[in-house]
Amino acid sequence: MTVGGVPDSGPEQPGADAGPETEPGTPPAQASQRRQVLRALLSHKLAVFGLVVLALLLVVGVFGNTLAPYGPNELDVPNRLTGPSAQHPFGTDELGRDVLSRVMVAARLSLLVGAVAVGIALTLGVTLGLVAGFYGRWVDDAVMRVMDVLFAFPAILLAIAIVAVLGPNVVNAMIAIGIVYTPIFARVTRASVLTVREEVYVRAARSIGVGDLRLLRLHILPNVAAPIIVQTSLSLAFAILSETALSFLGLGVQPPDPSWGRMLFEGRGFVQQAWWMGVFPGAAIFLTVLAFNVVGDALRDALDPRQRSAIEARAGVSS
Amino acid sequence: MGRFVLRRTTQAVVVLFGVSLIVFALVQLVPGDPVRVSLGTRFDPETYAALRERSGLDRPLLQQYLSYVGGALTGDLGVSFRTGQPVTTTLTDRLPATLSLAGCSLLVALLVAVPLGIVSALRSGSLSDHVATVVSQVGVSIPDFWMAILLILLFSGVFGVLPPSGYEPLLEDPVGWASHMVLPAVTVGVVSGAILTRFIRAAVLEQLGQDHVRTARARGIKESLVLRRHVLRNALIPVITVTGVQLASLLGGVIVVEVIFAWPGLGRLTLDAVNARDYPVLQGAVMLFAALFLLVNLLVDLLYAAVDPRIRYAK
Repeated sequence: MTVGGVPDSGPEQPGADAGPETEPGTPPAQASQRRQVLRALLSHKLAVFGLVVLALLLVVGVFGNTLAPYGPNELDVPNRLTGPSAQHPFGTDELGRDVLSRVMVAARLSLLVGAVAVGIALTLGVTLGLVAGFYGRWVDDAVMRVMDVLFAFPAILLAIAIVAVLGPNVVNAMIAIGIVYTPIFARVTRASVLTVREEVYVRAARSIGVGDLRLLRLHILPNVAAPIIVQTSLSLAFAILSETALSFLGLGVQPPDPSWGRMLFEGRGFVQQAWWMGVFPGAAIFLTVLAFNVVGDALRDALDPRQRSAIEARAGVSS
Repeated sequence: MGRFVLRRTTQAVVVLFGVSLIVFALVQLVPGDPVRVSLGTRFDPETYAALRERSGLDRPLLQQYLSYVGGALTGDLGVSFRTGQPVTTTLTDRLPATLSLAGCSLLVALLVAVPLGIVSALRSGSLSDHVATVVSQVGVSIPDFWMAILLILLFSGVFGVLPPSGYEPLLEDPVGWASHMVLPAVTVGVVSGAILTRFIRAAVLEQLGQDHVRTARARGIKESLVLRRHVLRNALIPVITVTGVQLASLLGGVIVVEVIFAWPGLGRLTLDAVNARDYPVLQGAVMLFAALFLLVNLLVDLLYAAVDPRIRYAK
């Protein structure tokens, strides 16, 4: 997928084939770069759609409790299993709870679990990737072999196993998903560090006695940020999918908190009598994941065209 | 080639060793006494003592680990806390259902992806290309368990043509087997097919731009022959890899789908083990999944190297 609106004269991505024309030591004009990325995103129709969906989600996530027409656990047994209507646009479930209200309230937890899990993966993975790529040799070998082992499990299986051991609840689901997505951040970061490590500005800084920590923080991290930002958006999509899968299996969000995954599980039991119970929560998951995926893809086109798309990332092909 | 096989196999064995460490560590991380937790309300001192003895949890950690790995190598993964059956038998009973589902899903994925990918590459920019792009984006974002519910809704609810869940062994009832297989295999297969479509499209597009294709056309070779001999044959190489990797990740996909369709495979076994806190079965299932995953990836790499000699020297 290519973006029509990416300006050809955009600043050279440091690390991405930074040729001799890149002036060593010149920090990229960050404000103008940010503007260009934003412009590229806005010229991409799918990305705009994704951003609008995400903005709506954020509003629902923050104000869902207030905006929802009913309480998420408000029972109305006489009106159980009624189809979509003016009073209940998404219908009611087997206890007469309003499906729309539950979908809205559930948004918060799904987004929160996704964000915290990716935060854990980002922190752990980027740190490990920086250290592995920067120090190389046995440090690199040791870190990356551990990542290889974590990669040897199907993602959802590893998450299930970790939650099974720690106990099924939201916090443990966040930890499990965070661990599962750590290796991908480590790999992406390490690969970028390897290309930046030998750049002239890094060597120059080192030659005047800049310490490792400062070197990593000021010279390397900012220059490997682009692929990490892209990976973050794509990982949010996968993390939310994983959370809903765990909740579907009863290993994530626990009742009485509503969750999209669990609502789908309950909907499965009433699939013949009440299609709305299974359709709407799933549509919410689908739209959320789709939005993060298209925004991630557009970000990649704008920031770092060489990186893998959401689809390639999902295929698990190692770069 | 021999050296490549050796190197790649050694790597896989090292990773498998790491996997065994993690699988072993899982049970150590259970808060409290795993046997007691597992027995729950079924607790009685005799069973407890027997299971405790059998699981070897009293022994020092290193000894426990060595005996676990030693047992695993000889096909002994302990006994189920719940049924008392050997874990290995439990796993091998469930393996055929999972493998047949994974195989059929891969077939569905290829049936979707090969025509769609080729057509959208040959008519790049056309309406069918756009449709393929949208289909693959949707396929990547759709939760498989939601798709399962939609398919059940449509094909067992509205049309009433397929059973909503269950399983029949192939040898006892081939028709029943097939009719139960369709929905789960389509669920898993379409998601993988969406991903594969993109790769096939990219691979074919890349070949179409190659010099040898231009030369072949310049020589006046019939277009269908150019496509078959020059484009598709070369495009096949990357597609083999992705297909293999997809097969490996299909194994992860079947876990949730098995639960929805009441499919008696390894995925459902895993979840049952989690719910019953049957740690030996959980360990065994996780170990088997990871081993299968590694094995498929290893075979793909070797196949890839056999097809494309550059790989052997590149790494």
